[in-house]
Amino acid sequence: MEWEPVIGLEIHVQLLTNSKIFSGASIAYGAPPNTQACAVDLGLPGVLPVLNKEVVRMAVKFGLAIGAKVSTRSIFARKNYFYPDLPKGYQISQYELPIVEHGHLDIELEDGTVKRIGVTRAHLEEDAGKSLHEDFHGLTGIDLNRAGTPLLEVVSEPDLRSAKEAVAYMKKMHSLVQYLEICDGNMQEGSFRCDANVSIRPKGQKAFGTRAELKNINSFRFVERAINVEIERQIDILEGGGEVIQETRLYDPDKNETRSMRTKEEANDYRYFPDPDLLPVVIEEGFIEDVKKSLPELPDEKIHRFTQDYGLNAYDASVMVANRDMAEYFDAVAQATGEPKAAANWVMGDLTGALNKSGQEINDSPVTAAMLAGMINRIKDGTLTSKTAKIVFEAMWNGEGEADQIIEAKDLKPISDTGAIEKIIDDIIAANPEQVEQYRSGKEKVFGFFVGQVMKASKGKANPQQVNELLKRKLAG
Amino acid sequence: MALSKEDVVNIAHLARLAIDAKDIPEYEKNLSNILALVEQMSQVDTTQVEPMAHPLDAVQRLRPDEVTETDQREHFQSIAPATENGLYLVPKVIE
Repeated sequence: MEWEPVIGLEIHVQLLTNSKIFSGASIAYGAPPNTQACAVDLGLPGVLPVLNKEVVRMAVKFGLAIGAKVSTRSIFARKNYFYPDLPKGYQISQYELPIVEHGHLDIELEDGTVKRIGVTRAHLEEDAGKSLHEDFHGLTGIDLNRAGTPLLEVVSEPDLRSAKEAVAYMKKMHSLVQYLEICDGNMQEGSFRCDANVSIRPKGQKAFGTRAELKNINSFRFVERAINVEIERQIDILEGGGEVIQETRLYDPDKNETRSMRTKEEANDYRYFPDPDLLPVVIEEGFIEDVKKSLPELPDEKIHRFTQDYGLNAYDASVMVANRDMAEYFDAVAQATGEPKAAANWVMGDLTGALNKSGQEINDSPVTAAMLAGMINRIKDGTLTSKTAKIVFEAMWNGEGEADQIIEAKDLKPISDTGAIEKIIDDIIAANPEQVEQYRSGKEKVFGFFVGQVMKASKGKANPQQVNELLKRKLAG
Repeated sequence: MALSKEDVVNIAHLARLAIDAKDIPEYEKNLSNILALVEQMSQVDTTQVEPMAHPLDAVQRLRPDEVTETDQREHFQSIAPATENGLYLVPKVIE
C-alpha cells in the first residue's frame, strides 16, 4: 500500500528581547545558574506578572509578515502541569484567543512549484527552566534562568506531506524570524526549536491517522531524519497489523530512532483556564499600523526583486535571500556596481568559499561589500581580467588593502600598450614555429594555444580581446 | 453530571493531592454538586453575552522591555531546602 505522511510543525521562536515576558529579569544566554531568576520567575507567593510590550510588538510583527489575523483582543491562560523546572505548577500561555491566527507561509518544493502552508496560530508563552539530570547525589539540579523567557509558538496546519517539505517550511520560518529581527535563530542555544506531529494514512484517504509528537528536534538535519524514521516506524506498525498510539516521542540522533517518553504520557490533561493575574491584552489599530510601517522587505519580496530587477535565477535568489546579511551584502555590491550577476557570482563563489573555509560569517568578512564592489568596478572598466581579479580578491581577503591599492602594489594594470603586447606575441611566434605552421595550414584549434601562451607571458595582464586581434593579424603572416 | 470514584482519584492526582480512600465518596458527592450547579447555569441563554476573561473591566498594562531585576540568588536560595553550585536541588524526576 502507498502511504502518505501528514506532518504539522510546532515551532518555538525565542523572542529577542532584553527582559523576560512577565518580569524584568535578563534573558541573556549563558549566565551562571539562577542569577537571572527573580521572584516572578521563581513563582514566589504574592508576585504579579506584567506583560512586556516588546513581546507584543514582535508577535504583531510576525503576524503581519505571515498575512495572519492579529487579534486586537487576546488573553493569557494557565496550562497546568507539575514539573520541577516549572515552579508555579503552570505555564502562562495562550489557549483561546491567541494573538495571531490564520496565517500562511509559501515554501518552494524541489520541482520549483510553490506550496502554501497554513499557520493555524501563533501564541505567546513563557519558557520553563532547565533540569540538569547529571548526578547531584541522586537529585536533579534546577536552573531557572530560562524560566519566563518569551516564546512565540507557531503552529502549522497539517499541510506538510514529507520530511523535505517540513525542512523547507522550517528553514523558511527560520529565515523569516531573523529578517523580522524577533529571534536570533540560534538553534544550538535553543532559540529556535521544533516539535513535529507525524501521522500516516493510505494515499487517497481523507481522515488522518493517529499521530505521534516528536519533541525538541534542534537542527534541520535532525528534523528530516527524525520525521523519516518516524514515518518508517509507523508504516512498519500498520503493515504488521498493529496500531499507532498517540504519544510523545523523543528523537535520539545517535541511534537514529524515536522512542516513547512514557513519563509524560499521563500529563496531557492541562486544564487550561484564563489566568486571573493577567487582564485581556487589547491592541489598538494604531499600534498595528505602526508595526506594519516598521516591517522590513521580506524574503519573498526580496526574491522577487532579485529575480525581476537583477535577473538572478530563482535558485540563486533563494540561496542569497535565505540569509539576510548575505542578501544585504549582495544588494549593496549589486547597487554599487550595476553588475548584479557578477556580484552574485563573487558573493556565492569566492566570498562564500573563503568564509566557509575560515568559518566566518559574512558580517565579519575582511572583504566588505564596498571593497568587493570596488574590485568588480575594475573588472567592469577592463582594468582587471578574471585572472587578475582572483589575485586581487585574495589580497583583499588577506588584508592587503582595497582593489586599487592592490592593483598598484602588485602591478596588475593591464598592458594596454600595443607595442608591449606585440613584442610578446612576436617572441612566442618565433619560439613556436611548429604550431605556427599548423595554424597556417588550417588547424585553427592551435589558436587557443597561442592565446594561452600570451596570457601566461603577460601574467594575465593583457587584454584578451586585444590579444585576439593582434594574434590573428600576426599569425596570418 | 455525576463524577465517578475514578474521576475523583484522577483529579486528586492531577492536583498532586493525597486523599484518604474513605473520604472519596464525600468528594464524589461535593464535586458532583458543583458540576450540577454549573449544569444548571448552562441552561441560561448566553448567546448574546461575550465570554468574560476577567472580572475586572480593564485591559492589561504593558511594561517597557527593560532589565530591572538584579541577581538575588543568594537571598532566594537561603530559603531553599537544598542547593549546589547555584542550582536548586529537587528529587530526581526522570528514572
